[in-house]
Amino acid sequence: METKNNWKAWLYLAPMLLLMSVFTFYPLINAFIISFYKGFRPLQNSIEGFTLLGNYLLILRNPLFWNAMKNTFVIAFISVPVSIFLSLAIAVGLKSIPKLNKFFQTIFFLPYVTNSIAVGMAFAVMFHKNYGLINAILERLGFAGRIDWIGGTSSWWTQMVALLIFTVWESLAFKILVFTSGMQNIDKQYYDAAKIDSASKWTVFRRITVPLLSPIILYISITSMIGALKAYNSVIGLFGIKLGNPSNSMITIVAFVYKYRAELASPGYYSYAAASAIILFIITVVFSLIQGVVSKKRVHY
Amino acid sequence: MDIKMVNLTKIFTSKNRKEVQAVSHVDLTIPSGKLIGLLGPSGCGKSTTLYLIAGLLKQNEGQIFFGDDEVSEMPPEKRGIGLVFQNYALYPHFTVRENILFPLQNLHVPKEEAKTRTYDMAKLVGLEEMLDRKPKELSGGQQQRVAIARALVKKPRVLLLDEPLSNLDARLRLQTREEIKRIQRETGITTVFVTHDQEEAMSISDEIVVMKDGVIQQMGQPQDVYDHPDNLFVAKFLGSPQINVFDSTIEAGKVLIDGMAIGATELPDQKVIIGIRPEGLQVDKTKTSPFKFEIDLVETIGRDTTLIIEVTSEESTLLDKKTFKAIVDAENRIKPKDVIHFVVKPEKMHIFGLDGNRL
Ligand SMILES: Nc1ncnc2c1ncn2[C@@H]1O[C@H](COP(=O)(O)OP(=O)(O)O)[C@@H](O)[C@H]1O
Ligand SMILES: [Mg+2]
Repeated sequence: METKNNWKAWLYLAPMLLLMSVFTFYPLINAFIISFYKGFRPLQNSIEGFTLLGNYLLILRNPLFWNAMKNTFVIAFISVPVSIFLSLAIAVGLKSIPKLNKFFQTIFFLPYVTNSIAVGMAFAVMFHKNYGLINAILERLGFAGRIDWIGGTSSWWTQMVALLIFTVWESLAFKILVFTSGMQNIDKQYYDAAKIDSASKWTVFRRITVPLLSPIILYISITSMIGALKAYNSVIGLFGIKLGNPSNSMITIVAFVYKYRAELASPGYYSYAAASAIILFIITVVFSLIQGVVSKKRVHY
Repeated sequence: MDIKMVNLTKIFTSKNRKEVQAVSHVDLTIPSGKLIGLLGPSGCGKSTTLYLIAGLLKQNEGQIFFGDDEVSEMPPEKRGIGLVFQNYALYPHFTVRENILFPLQNLHVPKEEAKTRTYDMAKLVGLEEMLDRKPKELSGGQQQRVAIARALVKKPRVLLLDEPLSNLDARLRLQTREEIKRIQRETGITTVFVTHDQEEAMSISDEIVVMKDGVIQQMGQPQDVYDHPDNLFVAKFLGSPQINVFDSTIEAGKVLIDGMAIGATELPDQKVIIGIRPEGLQVDKTKTSPFKFEIDLVETIGRDTTLIIEVTSEESTLLDKKTFKAIVDAENRIKPKDVIHFVVKPEKMHIFGLDGNRL
């Protein structure tokens, strides 16, 4: 009986496994192999030999890579918690005004169905020093000096703030949607019980809604952490292919990969790209595992 | 503290704009310190009444008083009520201790006091050993008692129980019923106990309130309501097996079923509906009573024998059902196919008008 079921399970999984083999495992293994090539010329398809860690060590000695690491981590560690907290708060707020619920869901969902490079370009306009909306609002609020957020005289800080605002805003939509539907699945009786038990709104949020949503919060935090570690479109959209001011100041790991991937003529660069992709892969896996383990204790199923 | 409802009305509007009067002009006073059984078929508005008292629903009309305080506009957290939900609604991620403690934390009861009260309450419901378990690690009966403890720990003015036993198996139901009665006696708290099970309501309640389609039908001590039902609905809802109901006429002070005189009355001549409790039919050993039937089935359980008579005739005056039942002493040794003459105990016979109201 057991073995028969197993056999069936594999049968059902087969199409998925096949697709994953072709489009996930094969490229991954391929990248892994390429990362061991020495002097690889992809156009000629020739190599000068193999190296175990040579490409990895070169990357780790490359300041640009560390810049990419710093930017990526800042994005991940700030935008993920901030956007989770904001979207939770908004989802809870939406729940208490059911009539506006549908309307706002549409508004918040717009960025999700819009190309993020296009949205990024729109944000780039909003952050423009002279005719951007942000500075106009700040001026109204009494901040006289116009900030150059992302222009020729902008600093890493202002660019990062702009990037974070954009990243958070862009990722809110999906999270709000997921949290709203998650909340609809929480039995209304718990909220009635909490009223009878004299719980304040904040207590209800903290001690009932969040714990009962914890599996979904976990899911969202893992997926959005992975998403943030792969940040690229937002950077291109906001800063263009110069990747910030000065060039490459806002580079991310994926942007780093693309940069070296594009240099087909230079021998060995393709392998750097592969090696940095593998590093990103390892970082992603480690994060998912840590989150999984940590949350096992916290998450209520 | 008693609970007084005045002209209480709750209307739900469903999706297709149809209005349902779930609770309709209810005037009801629940006496202080008593356990009241709110009884009626499913969908008659029992839960709605309870939620109105709790403040989880807002009435469309009418008022609610706790003692002399009007609470009609008060939010639930201010009303000081304990409510046990039908599915208990225990917080699944809290332990038993946290569940019981939760109301006290919200009311900012000092930590030490909250701790003792939680323990004492757990002890009252016999769960002091289970404080660190999660609800899903408890049996249905235990969960139910946690829900009672959580409702009682804040010393509410009123305890409301919404079909608290409906999720339990038969044996546990009996046991927990006694438990609830004991806890209510020990705490002396005014309690409303909602159920659709008439036997449950009759056995546990100081008084029962029978409800139908959002309207209160009758209130009184269980035995009184059983013995003197105000209308046919109440008569039929209480008692198992159900009361036997016949189309009947009164002629010259005699109650006639199919022309057979079964009793006397002072009511004027008219068409009526007669209800006879199964235990109100007695075997006439002299075989002179005209009220006679051939017995189809006999069920003897211990002291009592239930005689089942199937009525096949098209013109039968028996309403609702195709059988009627009599409960007689097992000593009579009746067998199927025996023809039995019955006499009707006058106090077990109820006369209703054609509108269903008692005459
Ligand atoms: N939230 C609601 N919306 C619409 N109709 C409801 C709602 N709650 C109850 N009702 C209706 O009100 C009536 C009484 O319901 P309820 O009080 O739950 O009955 P009971 O508890 O006696 O079974 C039913 O007809 C039910 O369909
Ligand atoms: Mg109900």
